[in-house]
Amino acid sequence: MSTTTERVATHFLLIIFAVIAIYPLVSVLTLALTPSNEIITGFSLPSQITFDNFATAWNEGRFDEALVNSAIVAFTVVVVSVIFSVLAGYALGTMRFPGSSLIFFILITGLIIPYESLIIPLYQMFKEWRLLDSLPALILPQIGVSVTLGTFWMRGFFRSAPRSITEAARVDGAGHFRTLVGVLVPSAWPAILTLSVLIFMYTWNDFLLALVMNPSGRVFTAPLALSFFAGAQRVTDQTVVAAAAVLVALPVIIFYAFLQRHFVRGFLTGAVKE
Amino acid sequence: MRPRFAARSGGPPGEPRLVGYLYVAPAFIAFLIFGIWPFIQNVQISFTQWKGIGEPKPVGFDNYVEVLTDPDIYSAFLRSFILIFFYSLLPITIGLLLAALLSRIRIRGIAGYRVALFLPQTIAMVVIAIAWVWIYSQNGIVNEFLRLIGLDGVTRAWLGDFDWALPAIGLVGTWFNAGLCMVLFVAGVQKIPADLYDAARVDGAGPVQEFFAVTLPSLRNELVVALTLTVIFALRNFDLIWVSTGGGPGDATTTPSVLLYELGFEARRLGTGSAIGVILTGLILVVAILIVRIGERGEPEPGR
Repeated sequence: MSTTTERVATHFLLIIFAVIAIYPLVSVLTLALTPSNEIITGFSLPSQITFDNFATAWNEGRFDEALVNSAIVAFTVVVVSVIFSVLAGYALGTMRFPGSSLIFFILITGLIIPYESLIIPLYQMFKEWRLLDSLPALILPQIGVSVTLGTFWMRGFFRSAPRSITEAARVDGAGHFRTLVGVLVPSAWPAILTLSVLIFMYTWNDFLLALVMNPSGRVFTAPLALSFFAGAQRVTDQTVVAAAAVLVALPVIIFYAFLQRHFVRGFLTGAVKE
Repeated sequence: MRPRFAARSGGPPGEPRLVGYLYVAPAFIAFLIFGIWPFIQNVQISFTQWKGIGEPKPVGFDNYVEVLTDPDIYSAFLRSFILIFFYSLLPITIGLLLAALLSRIRIRGIAGYRVALFLPQTIAMVVIAIAWVWIYSQNGIVNEFLRLIGLDGVTRAWLGDFDWALPAIGLVGTWFNAGLCMVLFVAGVQKIPADLYDAARVDGAGPVQEFFAVTLPSLRNELVVALTLTVIFALRNFDLIWVSTGGGPGDATTTPSVLLYELGFEARRLGTGSAIGVILTGLILVVAILIVRIGERGEPEPGR
């Protein structure tokens, strides 16, 4: 009987935590749906629901352009980083060659080095290359950093893949590349998907790099456009800023809705493997 | 066993093969150009005085001396240590309390709660900043709630208040990381074999002893991950602060990364900015090593 009470109490507590976790996001959504002329406070609900704020934000904040840029950046970074990581993880996880541990050690320093200690030189580098305010300035550094997490991740997977699979492929006469593409990658699909989700999330949500690489604000990403829009609109119209925030958060939330397990697993497997 | 190194085109994985270099090359070169090389340059710049154009002037350790002696700069580091309390220690405590509770009873439908608790981790910080600017605003729910319970005198613009802005930002970090810690620890606690608890109970352990004897040691790995992620986050955090307060009011919420951005890209003092970057990297490295060491000492595990 006491366990029933405990059970109910625990559920109650979990519900409270869950509500606190989503409340800020729900409040932004509510705000976004409120007519912009309505006086609003933390407790009030809109008298009627409107989508006008989304239209205003879309038209005034360059969000069409920003979302397309963010999509191009995230897609390119995910595809290229995942391919590079699978290749490197395959070699470091299953092959022996001189210096492989040194290469791996250098790569994992990337997990520790913060962006903060790279951006000043990166800015100078891209200025010299005349590539500031361009998509490559957002894409290339992201790839350089993402492959470290990716290689670490894929190496872990390929190391734990049973040897019998690759042995069987060899008996069938498959070379190293066919073993990777034909045998290992299909079985690595869940690991690859989890990695893609992590890299997508980090890339889409990045702010610092986009801010630095865009001194003239010509190539806005979604979070960058949002911060500038919020800066310009904060005092005048909270509801439109909230609508813009929803637009920026939505793509990741949609991914999260479908691939929720992969998001969480990205963090949990780290806990088990260390 | 020393592997023999011979170039071979065929053979199974696991055999020594030079083709490995080809596979590693794309990732390694990408990281060299956009990770290692800028980092080395950052270290070089940190020993100079430079406005970003013209020749950098070598100044030895001057920038580091400045970082450690200029109160405007070192207090930014002190603030990030305060943030560790809010971003790391508070959420971990909350997560552990929940885990302790869930170690005693198995509950159905955890997955559903997990979806909600983990959601903040996926949202762009800029969005989160905007949400909390609204929550902390004059008409926001915090002040509305205070008015409701008759504490009108306490209401304020929290993020504009010299004393309250930093803790207010800190609590956003608590909110952000608490979900992560709960998800991590609850997943961990459910993997602890029930007989460990039974044994503890046979020995007459109460809930508190049970927590320290069984739950806490079993969550060692999860604790290492949670500590590493949240402490590094506290030391680095930029976007939340930049968008919600811009480091203000005054410099009440200016953290090292905010300062680095201001020095490197607004004041054009690249040398000092780079030195902050190097020190930040050093701090993160030390903290990461410390956490892993403490984790290893917690419970020596054989093998693997």
